[in-house]
Amino acid sequence: MPKVYFIEFSGTKHEVSIPEGTALMRAAVGHGVPGIDGDCGGQCACATCHVLVEPEWLEQTGTKTEMETSMLDFADSTQNISRLACQIALTQAFEGMTVRMPDGQH
Amino acid sequence: MAMIAPRTSRDEIDATPLAALDVSDPKHFVDGTMHAYFERLRREAPVHYCKESVFGPYWSITKYHDIMAVDANHKAFSSEPAITLLDPPSDKVLPMFIAMDQPKHDEQRKAVSPIVAPGNLANLEGLIRKRVIDIIESLPVNETFNWVERVSIELTTQMLATLFNFPFEDRRLLTHWSDVATARPVTVEQWEYRETELSKCLEYFVRLWNERVNASPTFDLVSMLAHAPATRNMPPREYLGNLILLIVGGNDTTRNSITGGLYFLNQNPCEYDKLRANPGVISNMVSEIIRYQTPLAYMRRLAQTDVVIRGQRIRAGDKVAMWYVSGNRDSDVIPDADRFWIDRPNARQHLSFGFGIHRCVGNRLGEMQIRILWEEILKRYPTVEVVGEPTRVPSSFVNGYLTLPVRISR
Repeated sequence: MPKVYFIEFSGTKHEVSIPEGTALMRAAVGHGVPGIDGDCGGQCACATCHVLVEPEWLEQTGTKTEMETSMLDFADSTQNISRLACQIALTQAFEGMTVRMPDGQH
Repeated sequence: MAMIAPRTSRDEIDATPLAALDVSDPKHFVDGTMHAYFERLRREAPVHYCKESVFGPYWSITKYHDIMAVDANHKAFSSEPAITLLDPPSDKVLPMFIAMDQPKHDEQRKAVSPIVAPGNLANLEGLIRKRVIDIIESLPVNETFNWVERVSIELTTQMLATLFNFPFEDRRLLTHWSDVATARPVTVEQWEYRETELSKCLEYFVRLWNERVNASPTFDLVSMLAHAPATRNMPPREYLGNLILLIVGGNDTTRNSITGGLYFLNQNPCEYDKLRANPGVISNMVSEIIRYQTPLAYMRRLAQTDVVIRGQRIRAGDKVAMWYVSGNRDSDVIPDADRFWIDRPNARQHLSFGFGIHRCVGNRLGEMQIRILWEEILKRYPTVEVVGEPTRVPSSFVNGYLTLPVRISR
């Protein structure tokens, strides 16, 4: 059960413990973290689970697919540390990871 | 108000040979029987080939996950040259970014998307609320009126005028051009009428373009198109196409969800009670309204390669309709999908905005308008009563209403 942290744009921090193999988006939605909607249910097709990954954790999250890059292209306030949370499957190696929510994500 | 049974019975629908089912026929939408037809397709032929229709042959995709898969696969399923089943004569094609593939689609979409970015939506909220209040406080009481005309069209057209910075007193022209663009011309005369009206639209907007192209950029859609590198050199026909896209996208969709929402609440008095008891449910209800209405019934794609779905071989060059209106009633994914349920769990996971790179760019603005409308209605009128059946738009693309008679009693 890796423990990860979501920080809202306002600064509010959420600690979430989740079973291995769960997508980061599911973890957020399941714990009612505001700002992560996951409208497409994790199909990389809506860009409503945009997160900013702390740079030291970025490599751990792997490479983006072409589809994820395309979808992020339409999200707001993207940076080079942007990912879609539905595309990150959590393992024990993510213990302690922090991701931030961009400004204005519904 | 009691539910009125669809005029075509289930037996009659089941008696039609499967191969002869044509869900694109607007008559199913005019009489409100389309859901029964889609229910049969989902059950018996979820990937269905219709050989003959007024639009020519086409495939229907009717199950939620199949629609999601096709929509997200923009490489195998092209949006060019059009996103409705109608193939216009080659000289009548309107190029617009929703009907373009990568990379041009991405470049043009990005030219206008800042208008509906979260920061700007926050700026618009106060203005929308003021207009909503003006519109609903001027409604007649103790007399029957058309909700579509007085509320749905008025609110969405005012919004559109603001986004374009379009002369406010002429705003009903936007509604008119939207209606012209979505009507299906059949005769030569109808095609000519359409071209004439749309050329008036272009002429009007070229004037606005010329005013703004030489001025400093302002935060409105015309100025954004005139200044963005991806759009500032568009040929006139492409400018017109993109205008029509933005006009229809901002008009027909929210308009029909506003009407549909009121209709559904009247059909489901327990849900209306729930809403009055707990206005906190409005945000969730907005998603449920948009699912249940599905204001754009489908989007069309053109297969680029042979693709097999559920054993059916869709061939390169075939037209494919992704019926959002059907996937949104797929009970394998959405529990009790035929029920209008304002506090439904996971209400956001509907297909109405599409998925993938063509997903609705203005979805948050549409949701915001409907939310604010209901917040302000509830403060003033405990009940807006639907006093007759709606009349519906004769289209299988725009799933909407021409009229809905209502009454506010005091």
